[in-house]
Formats: sequence, C-alpha cells, structure tokens
Amino acid sequence: MTRIPYFPGCALKDQAAGFERAARAALEKLGWELAELPRWNCCGTVYSLSSDDLMRHVAPVRNFIRVQELGEEKLVALCAMCYNTLRRSSLFVAEDPERLRRINAFMDEEPDYEGGVEVLHLLQLLRDEIGYEEIEAKVERPLYGLRVAPYYGCMLLRPREVGIDDPDRPEVMELLFEYLGAEAVDSPHKVECCGAYQTVSNPWIARERVREIVGAAARRGADLIVTSCPLCTYNLEQHQLPNTREEKGARNGIPVIYFTQLLAFALGVQDEELGFEGAAIDPRPVLAQRVGG
Amino acid sequence: MGQEIMERIREANEAVITGIEDADVKHWVTIYIMGKAYKVPADITLMQAIEYAGYRFVRGAGCRAGFCGACATVYRVAGDWRLKAALACQTRVEDGMYLVQIPFAPAEKPTYRIEEEEPSGTTLLKYFPELARCVACNTCTKACPQELEVMDYIQAALRGDLEAVTELSFDCIQCGLCSIRCPAEIVHYHAAQLARRLYGKTLPVPKHVEERVRKISEGKYEEEFQRIMSLGREEIEELYKKEQREKGGLK
Repeated sequence: MTRIPYFPGCALKDQAAGFERAARAALEKLGWELAELPRWNCCGTVYSLSSDDLMRHVAPVRNFIRVQELGEEKLVALCAMCYNTLRRSSLFVAEDPERLRRINAFMDEEPDYEGGVEVLHLLQLLRDEIGYEEIEAKVERPLYGLRVAPYYGCMLLRPREVGIDDPDRPEVMELLFEYLGAEAVDSPHKVECCGAYQTVSNPWIARERVREIVGAAARRGADLIVTSCPLCTYNLEQHQLPNTREEKGARNGIPVIYFTQLLAFALGVQDEELGFEGAAIDPRPVLAQRVGG
Repeated sequence: MGQEIMERIREANEAVITGIEDADVKHWVTIYIMGKAYKVPADITLMQAIEYAGYRFVRGAGCRAGFCGACATVYRVAGDWRLKAALACQTRVEDGMYLVQIPFAPAEKPTYRIEEEEPSGTTLLKYFPELARCVACNTCTKACPQELEVMDYIQAALRGDLEAVTELSFDCIQCGLCSIRCPAEIVHYHAAQLARRLYGKTLPVPKHVEERVRKISEGKYEEEFQRIMSLGREEIEELYKKEQREKGGLK
C-alpha cells in the first residue's frame, strides 16, 4: 500500500459521502491508501480574489501545516472546489514570502509553514502516478457499451496555472473512462460553469446552465454524467429533476455520479461501497442495463 | 520553591478568606478593574480581588468552583499584547493586570424541538448558518478558558461529524467568550449544544435509564413522593442531613 495524505473537505463527509467511500475502495484496489489528514479544517471554500485578503488564506495554510507536521509534501483532494482553493492558496503564498510571513505571524500558536506542499487532484494521481495502463489492468467490470459524459465545470481547469489539464480541451476524464472500457461522450458545455452558488440566490441562473449542460449530454446519447464536485453534482441533479418523471420505478433523467464511483464500479468494488444510494437519479438501472451486475 | 509559593498563597488568601488584617498581608499587587487601579493581596483569585476592591457580585459569579462559566473575564497583562481570557474564580491576580468581566454573551439562541430534528450537519447549518463563515482563524480556541479545541469542533460541525463535536465540546461551560471574539460571529456554544443533543438522539437509551423510567411510570416511587411532599420544612431538612450523613457528606 502506498499512502498519500488526503484532504476530504466538508461535503465529502456529509452530502457527498459516496464520492469518498468509492474513492477509498477504488484506491485500495489499486494498492493506494488515502490517509486522511489529521485535524484538517475547511479548505477556505471560495478562493479570495483580492490580493491583500490574507485572512482567507489562514484556513488553507493551516492545512498545509498539518501536512508539514506529517513530514509529507503532497496532499491529494477529491473535491474540485477544495483542490482549486488549496492549490491556488499554495501558489499565492509561494509567490510572495511576505504574505506567508504575515500569515505565519498571525497563527502564532502553530509552527511556521515553510512552503513546499504540493496540492494534487485525485485525477492527476490516477493519470501521473498510478497510470491508466495500471488501472486498465485491474478492471474487473469493463464498461463496454456505456456512454459517459465527463463534466469538468470550472474548478479543475481554471485558472490555467492550477488547471489539471488543457482548460479548453481537457481529456483527463475521457482517457480514464476509455481505459475503463466506456465510451466518452464529448460536449461543448463540459467546461462551462454549473451556476455554482447562484443556485442559492438566483436559482434561475443555475437552472438555465443545467438545462444547456444536461441537454447537450442527453442529445449526444450519454447514459451518465460524471463530475468531481459536490456543488456541480447538486446543481446538475436538482435542476434536472423538475424535467424528469418516474418511468417503471426509475427517474428518466441522466444520473450524475462522481468519477470515483465509476472507477470503483469498473474495478469491481462491492455495491455497498459505491455510494450510489446518495444519487438523486439512481444510476444503477442504466449501469445494470449496459454493463450488467 | 514550590512549597514557598504555596505558603505565600496560603498567607495571602488568609486576608480575604478569614478576615486577617491588611497589616498582615506581606505581598501586594496592583490590578486595574475596568481601568481603575486597586492594590490587592498577591496570589488571590480575580474573583476574590474584585470583592476585595469593594465590588459586590450581582451577576458574574456563580459556583466559584470553575464549573458554571458565569465569571468569564478578559484581561491583558502589562507588556503583553495578547488579550487573554479566564474564569475569575480559577485565575490568580498578576501585577499589572487589566481586567473586565463579561458575564453574558449576547448571542442568538434559536429554539427547536429536538425530537423533530434530523441528527445531521444540515440541521446544524439550518439553525446556525453562520458556521459556514468560519475562516479557521482559531481565535475561539485561544479565548477558551477551558482550553477546548473550539475551532476544531466548529470544523467538525461543518462536516456534520456530531460525534466529534460532542467529544471536543463536552467540557464547555458556556461562558460565551468564543462567540464574543469570533470574527465570523458564530455562536459556538449554542451550536455545540445542539450538536450534542442531536448526537444524543443517535445513542441507544442506557438500560438503567429505561428501567428507571419504567419504574417511575409504574408508580413505584409515588408513595415516597407523597410522603416527602407532605413533610414540613424542618422535617425535610432533617431528612436531607440524615441522607448526607449516610453518604458521608456531613459529619
């Protein structure tokens, strides 16, 4: 087992528990252990764009100190939002030692953060450290016949300096799904915003975004939409639901699942570890129909 | 050295506790209560010092044993920029201490029917949405006179980990200093109380409690209750003393 420090984030311990459960099970199949960071705190949620708002970087830097205390240098996140905020904050303090000095001075109860923690997204770990071929070799349930639409949203790709792939033509999820045996469905809206937190104050904005995103995937015959963000998943599910109906005991919309769930399914992880019960539109019927149990 | 200090503490306390004359006090310090200087015997508690200075507690004092949280006090010591927090009954005076009591925190306290609430992080955020404003500055932790990891339990609340909130906040005495200091205006201690109540709902009822409730509802203690209710004041006092003697509490 190779261990890597792992930052879960709040949503993965609550609403998006299946995202984490499937990741742990899938990684175990690949010989990796996600070692949860001790005493981690919120990533900082929304990255602050003002250059002197140092207070907003206290939360991410405190997490980096936890990594430093372990004597480790890498930290892997699953949630795209946590990844984005942590990664950008790590660059923000690396760019200017004076910023870090002031943050360290404020956190006088902690040892100083010395810099150097590298924040990774799990998709990078799968691509760069584990490797697609290694993953392919461990597939127990090849996803032949399954049409999967990756949905990147914003946080994995933008801004460019923290993007895990080409912000306009990413392929990290497409390649992963193809190595799992599935067919990746391309869509022009896969790198667009889901509406994010507008879903609270201006839900019509999110509804409009989701109509385009899900509509494009549906027209191209996608069986599933796959994300790496609990907020994207919430929007894609909740704003899709009013346009779906029960048919033979199942919702007729397009199920939205996390990439870790698809990975775990293909690697033969047991059903109870896949966390599909948390999905608003159950993906199990279409998986059973296309791939089988 | 340790013995010498203890002796000084004993000596100093005698003036307040047993009414020994000021002339017998050997060591004095100057403290500032709400900005006004007072010379008080060294090594007495803040609470004793406030009384020594002539104040009478109407609020801001309760159990005098570090348990009730009524005597929350903030102070600075000359030469140190840090604002410190303490319970007045549990902290000794230091020379050059500037202090004021904050016996009450004007904090919002939502009402809820606990039996109708789902034990989840969502319930916590429903009643305390400002939890999500936490920037992990840790100021609450630094303000806690109980030395709890307050920020850690707020973070646990955000992720819906009711068990961790319960464990980490269990020794909270609800003095409210965390909430007074919080830049995000979180009401830590009320949120933690809701978390403990919600977590309690998920635990099985202990067998002995179930048994006792059953006996009460079957009327097992009814006769005894009636007997006590019919007693006069003196008889009740005698009964109390007898019981305390049996427990070894009274001589």
